[in-house]
Amino acid sequence: MSRTDWEVVIGLEIHTQLNTQSKIFSGASIAFGAEPNVQACGVDIALPGVLPVLNKGAVERAIRFGLAIGATVAPKSVFARKNYFYPDLPKGYQISQFELPVVVGGHIDLLVPDGKGGAYEKRVNLTRAHLEEDAGKSLHEDFHGMTGIDLNRAGTPLLEIVSEPDMRSSAEAVAYARALHALVRWIDICDGNMQEGSFRCDANVSVRPRGQAEFGTRREIKNLNSFRFLQQAIDYEVQWQIDLIEDGGKVQQATVLFDPDTGETRAMRSKEDAHDYRYFPDPDLLPLVIGNDWIERVKGELPELPAALSARFQGDYGLSAYDATTLTASREVAEYYQAVVAAAGAANAKACANWVMGELAARLNKAELDIGASPVSAAQLAGLVARIADNTISNAIAKKVFDALWNGEGESADAIIEAQGLKQVTDSGAIEAIIDEVLAANQKSVDEFRAGKEKAFNALVGQCMKASKGKANPAQVNEILKKKLG
Amino acid sequence: MIDSSLKDIAAALRAKTVSAVELATDSLARIAARDGQINAFVTVDRDGALAAARAADARIAAGDAGPLTGIPLAHKDVFCTEGVLTTCGSKMLANFTSPYDAHVVSLLKAAGAVMVGKTNMDEFAMGSSNESSHSGPTRNPWDTSKVPGGSSGGSAAAVAARMVPIATGTDTGGSVRQPAALCGITGIKPTYGTVSRFGMIAYASSLDQGGAFARSAEDCALLLSAMMGHDPRDSTSLERSYDDCSAGLGQPLAGLRIGLPKEFFAEGMSADVRAAVDAAIAEYRKLGATLVEVSLPNARLAIPAYYVIAPAEASSNLSRFDGVRYGHRAAEYTDLNDMYCKSRAEGFGAEVKRRILVGTYVLSHGYYDAYYIKAQKLRRLIAQDFAAAFEHCDIIAGPTTPTVAYGLGEKTADPVQMYLGDIYTVAVNLAGLPGLSHPAGFGAGGLPVGLQLIGDYFSEARLLGAAHQFQQATDWHTRAPTVQEA
Repeated sequence: MSRTDWEVVIGLEIHTQLNTQSKIFSGASIAFGAEPNVQACGVDIALPGVLPVLNKGAVERAIRFGLAIGATVAPKSVFARKNYFYPDLPKGYQISQFELPVVVGGHIDLLVPDGKGGAYEKRVNLTRAHLEEDAGKSLHEDFHGMTGIDLNRAGTPLLEIVSEPDMRSSAEAVAYARALHALVRWIDICDGNMQEGSFRCDANVSVRPRGQAEFGTRREIKNLNSFRFLQQAIDYEVQWQIDLIEDGGKVQQATVLFDPDTGETRAMRSKEDAHDYRYFPDPDLLPLVIGNDWIERVKGELPELPAALSARFQGDYGLSAYDATTLTASREVAEYYQAVVAAAGAANAKACANWVMGELAARLNKAELDIGASPVSAAQLAGLVARIADNTISNAIAKKVFDALWNGEGESADAIIEAQGLKQVTDSGAIEAIIDEVLAANQKSVDEFRAGKEKAFNALVGQCMKASKGKANPAQVNEILKKKLG
Repeated sequence: MIDSSLKDIAAALRAKTVSAVELATDSLARIAARDGQINAFVTVDRDGALAAARAADARIAAGDAGPLTGIPLAHKDVFCTEGVLTTCGSKMLANFTSPYDAHVVSLLKAAGAVMVGKTNMDEFAMGSSNESSHSGPTRNPWDTSKVPGGSSGGSAAAVAARMVPIATGTDTGGSVRQPAALCGITGIKPTYGTVSRFGMIAYASSLDQGGAFARSAEDCALLLSAMMGHDPRDSTSLERSYDDCSAGLGQPLAGLRIGLPKEFFAEGMSADVRAAVDAAIAEYRKLGATLVEVSLPNARLAIPAYYVIAPAEASSNLSRFDGVRYGHRAAEYTDLNDMYCKSRAEGFGAEVKRRILVGTYVLSHGYYDAYYIKAQKLRRLIAQDFAAAFEHCDIIAGPTTPTVAYGLGEKTADPVQMYLGDIYTVAVNLAGLPGLSHPAGFGAGGLPVGLQLIGDYFSEARLLGAAHQFQQATDWHTRAPTVQEA
């Protein structure tokens, strides 16, 4: 029996919390973690008579985002009221943008891991991004059957970024979310802290038989706050929808929640209970008009974007697309890498990339440190790479030197090499003397090699390296040993 | 002394022939004696008034007095007053003491005006008769069996009954001009955006505008000048230079072109109102003004457009009154929804509920375009009518109301009949223009008739100047009702 080949269709709506000083319509702070309700002013708690005043910093961040994704920054956009009752929504409406959003269109190019160690390129188009205010929080625990309301978060500025339904797998969705996450941090509009809710994903998921033009009915998975949950939730949801359809069922449009404990999605509300939000333009706020001069000023202040930098790394340094993408995953990594290359020389750019993505990344990861807090500075790493390049030390010794740098045992690679006598031995006479000693002490291996056992040669090389405490130039050892045994 | 003009009172204060404390005491005594008949006040703040009066006397003694320093005044209970009950005429806010001052309240405090209390009003400013107040109806000082008009009926009655020389009001569809007319005083609603709405409890945000009541245009000018100005806390507050509203008082009427909209004089006006209005217009002509007929062809659509837009905005503005953070909450409820339903059912009166229902309906999915969008289009047409009319005239004159004050309870059973009482006033709000009503004589039952003057944007000084010239030649504005004292 031939089973249907299902195609997955995913679009993401991502709420990014903008890293302004104050709220989008009031002067209250948006810092995370304060005592409940201490960061809620009269506007945030919707006292009678209060009015919203738009925070220009939030608009500026939206412009930055629009420029970074090649979108149109709308010359005129409109704030609208989304009306519904909920205790953590003090005004009884959320100020958002509906018909006319501030950012229209744009795209993000990404590399999606293909699961076989490689990656492929993918472009995801964006529908829009709009400014809105966050709601407060309802706290259901510790209130003896009552609900507590914390309005600190109410009025926090959000940029809701809506993609086209362009993704075809959970891997693509995660790659897109990661790229977006990197981008909003890169252009410094959002701290990207997912635990604190600064970057929250909603995924619209549907399936259709491959080749079918129209989309299947979608369900929206709400509030996914980690990439792992995003992947798990989509994978579960896709399988759930396929199973349902293959069992003769029909997907009903619904909003669902993902339970990280069970790994399952479950319906929260169906289309029938969908709210009528009664959107209309907020009469308290004038249309948001953004002039070209403002856009040009923001453009002038934008840092070089990851896509451009990645292209430059590939062109100037001959890095692979994958390596260049990895090194531009965050501004901090890219800046560190560029500092290493600047000190070690462009000729060593590839080696620098390997060290930054390899040993350094592994150690930082293990120590749970950001690259900004790396115990090994870019200058120190560059010094190390330079000594490998000029044959002062071998790769094996370099790892020892790196450890020493990490542990703060010396100011620089040179100082450590000097202090610990790690300089590579390249004097053929000295190497020959070591080899002679090793050959004399390992007659058995010599005999085996001569009897045709190739492996014995490697054992002898190993003995020679050991005898030199790793300092002998491995290439020279090979060469001389071969001559002597030959 | 409090029956004198503000100019004379201020002179007496400076000359120390009267003190602010004496004025406040007089005002409080009048309220105590007369308000039992009128019910113009929701709250009388005796201690606050005397403290403010003492402070005013100190300023006067220090030579730091402005034109309003030491003048007793009343605020409509729609304005938030720090530490003083602010009910907005509703049971919903019967227990609400504002933690902050409205911008208008701060400005008048800073000017040294002495607030003696808060005045009665239609609930949430929704009404034309002051009968929808939770604090009971206000009665017309000229005939206590009649309504004073609304929604700022308490302020108008308080000034008419000589309890205070000046009072603030708000005008969304005629709520300053209409009660000014029915109570025989002068009232002005300035251009939308010139008086900050911050701290003014919103009814219909795009129409609401603070305004001033006094016996004369000259006094209105002094009060309004102190109320107008840019406020960064209100995004619809206009950033421009504000003229002194008294600047046009000396301007003669000669050469003034008064437009008479033929639609206002066609039908609907009662004979007694017509007679007084015609006589007042003849007086203007006698004083040198020229008369031209103008047309406002879409004015007849103002009532339907208003009763879509205002309820739509109101339905959203009043969502914050949910019993969660302040205001009325039902004593018993089973769950969240029940709490909302009961709190709002108990807290709001019939007229407010009617408008919330209408507003919710016209914003609903499927009806929005047919009602809200259409009403906005009408609004633009109405504004265009005025613009066209002002090409032929400097100000427009006509009746403020179709009839003199009607009996209490007479129109409460038929809301549409009551809505039609706003027929000459609402178009002005839809266009955002300034409008004024001044006493123009008396009609049936010896009840006052008002003449409405409408000006182009920012022509407050011109309107007040014209009215002042009229009042220099007539004495309608000096007539006072006889209120039975307790």
